Amino acid sequence: MIRAILTRLQQRYRTLVYPTRTPVLPDRFRGLPRIERARCAADCAACVAVCPVQAITKDTNGIALDLGRCLFCGACETACAYHAVTFTREHRLAAGSRAGLRCTAQELPRVTALQGRMHALFGRSLKLRQVCAGGCNACEADINVLNTVVFDLGRFGIQFVAAPRHADGVLITGPVTANMRGALEKTWQAVPAPKLVIAVGACAISGGPYRDQVETHNGADTILPVDLYIPGCPPHPLTILDGLLQLLGKGGG
Amino acid sequence: MSGDFRANACVARTAVPVLAIAPFRAAIIEQTRGGALLAALFGVPHESALRLHAVLAQPTAGTLTLLCADVVQEYPALTPECMPAHWFERELWEQWRVLPVGHPWLKPIRFQPARTADAPMPAPIGCTEFFAVAGGETHEVAVGPVHAGIIEPGHFRFQCYGEQVLHLEISLGYQHRGIERAVAGGPTARTIHHMETLAGDTTIGHTLAYVQACEALAECRVPPRAQALRAIALELERLANHTGDIGALAGDIGYLPTAAYCGRIRGDFLNMTALLCGNRFGRGLVRPGGVLFDLDDERRTQLAQRLRQAERDVRVATQLLWTTPSVLARFEGTGTLTRAQCEQLGVVGVAARASGIINDVRGDFPAGWYCQEHVSPASCDTGDVYARAMVRLLEIQHALLFIHCVLAALPKGPITTTCGPRGAARQVVSLVEGWRGMICHVALTDAAGQFAAYKIIDPSFHNWMGLALAMRGQQISDFPLCNKSFNLSYCGHDL
Repeated sequence: MIRAILTRLQQRYRTLVYPTRTPVLPDRFRGLPRIERARCAADCAACVAVCPVQAITKDTNGIALDLGRCLFCGACETACAYHAVTFTREHRLAAGSRAGLRCTAQELPRVTALQGRMHALFGRSLKLRQVCAGGCNACEADINVLNTVVFDLGRFGIQFVAAPRHADGVLITGPVTANMRGALEKTWQAVPAPKLVIAVGACAISGGPYRDQVETHNGADTILPVDLYIPGCPPHPLTILDGLLQLLGKGGG
Repeated sequence: MSGDFRANACVARTAVPVLAIAPFRAAIIEQTRGGALLAALFGVPHESALRLHAVLAQPTAGTLTLLCADVVQEYPALTPECMPAHWFERELWEQWRVLPVGHPWLKPIRFQPARTADAPMPAPIGCTEFFAVAGGETHEVAVGPVHAGIIEPGHFRFQCYGEQVLHLEISLGYQHRGIERAVAGGPTARTIHHMETLAGDTTIGHTLAYVQACEALAECRVPPRAQALRAIALELERLANHTGDIGALAGDIGYLPTAAYCGRIRGDFLNMTALLCGNRFGRGLVRPGGVLFDLDDERRTQLAQRLRQAERDVRVATQLLWTTPSVLARFEGTGTLTRAQCEQLGVVGVAARASGIINDVRGDFPAGWYCQEHVSPASCDTGDVYARAMVRLLEIQHALLFIHCVLAALPKGPITTTCGPRGAARQVVSLVEGWRGMICHVALTDAAGQFAAYKIIDPSFHNWMGLALAMRGQQISDFPLCNKSFNLSYCGHDL
């Protein structure tokens, strides 16, 4: 017993005071991209060419980056001789709509907090059933991390539950493989209404690197109505937490 | 038919002997009985036949035997005489509709569409025959694909007598994303990302196996500094996963202090990888020709300092676990897989070393910086949950020591070089000791140097059957504990 107490003291208090204070992310962390269209050369589309998932497009207005497809690999940043695309350390990336993930400057994507009855029901207690539908276990791992003492998800009233019957929504990872579609639909149907759908990671938002492969669908919103999109490959745990908190109107801003 | 080939070295495809099916079978059976691992067995269409490719790894000699045989429609199954072929032959049948005659339990492993032109659609996933046990007081428990926790999907069928498990059948495929099919004909711009997301918890391991293959095919020599940084990243991945697993084992028996501490320390190791490359899983770090991020002196000092702190935290957290009798009572004698069973099944990695089989790619088939700096293989001999936890603990200690040694003598120079075009009509077998065990990638190029075929074998592919056998005679309530002690990959298996 004494050893357990001494160990507890040695391991110290570790819970972040997020969202009041944001911890410093590593200097090489690739978060929200900054797009500076003015820097772009008219005849250059190097970033478009190197993107493995066609996240960057260019039209007469300039380039745009779809955060929902982006793997945050940084290939575009390296390819661009004009520094028109750079990745900042901003971790807040979640959006309430698919269109809201389109990035043309350095605007923060917006999440509209739940309103009215939905907020009254879920604002102080949100139970989620996580469904991995082809996720590679990186998104899953960094969702699990929210349950550690560092993030202590429970203090925000959010909990992952085993039974869809106990859940207020499903949180989906993976591109939704053909082989998981049925299980995902059944899980969603078992959640009592009103219910939420949250897509975490590039795969769940757009199919990620598996987009347009016959073995997968192109993300959760090809199957179910998605209320919250959290980009990344995988999203940093803080990105996921921020998205959930903004949805509940508890974001740090 | 001795081992004539080396791992991570490319050879002309014509150098690989093509045998008749009888000597092909005989060689595989004889060598696996002599301690060789059946690292790969897969099919590639060749003219009107299917060419079977076998890779046998001789851990003691550090050599490979590569063999081929052409088959049409059917051939006598290896499985009755060579159990490590069991899963491979099911895969062959599912992918190419070639019948291994005499296979004792021929059924899909992924419910994927066959890769032949005129293939019928696969059965809906999970719709298959399962082992059944009849008799009074026997019952069946079906679990998954959606499990209780935040984990990947898979289906488990338990045949029970009361609380006791008579047999567990594991049915996977829910994670199938078609990676091998997509990589064949490549590489494309997406290929490296398929490798990085093949099994997300093994990003470095699988990406390293892939770049080693590309570099061998292009006869590219990677700068020493890049080799050293790759080895650091691979060991950080091992540290994070092993620490997390020890925490999860503690959690599964309700011993919460170590569960809480190790869960957090795992994150510290992931953050060290992010210190190096910005991503907690090492995405964007390893590329053909080298690595994309350097470890400057300031970063190196910080990494060494963080490692020392994490080392202290892991030591204290695990000492607490290992000195608590109620914990040891739950770990010892639970989910035992004997050495004989491991040898019979061809189990690899942590699970094999926990049963006394000291195979480790880092020592047996060293590549990159492991040729310079050696890691002592960890082992235990009881084959139970305790042994698998113990091997992880030892490997944590060895990995920490290894990284400190590499950091102390980090070679100077560039971190990347040009990886040129891949040779035409070549073959390479790339081996990496991932944190779960032996990762094997086999690349075959066509006349243009593109991948004519690309085969990926995650260690989980060898080990799922080991978990099934370890559950026999156990209480069904011990399944989470046994499962976590193997901690196998679903997506690495399903591809």
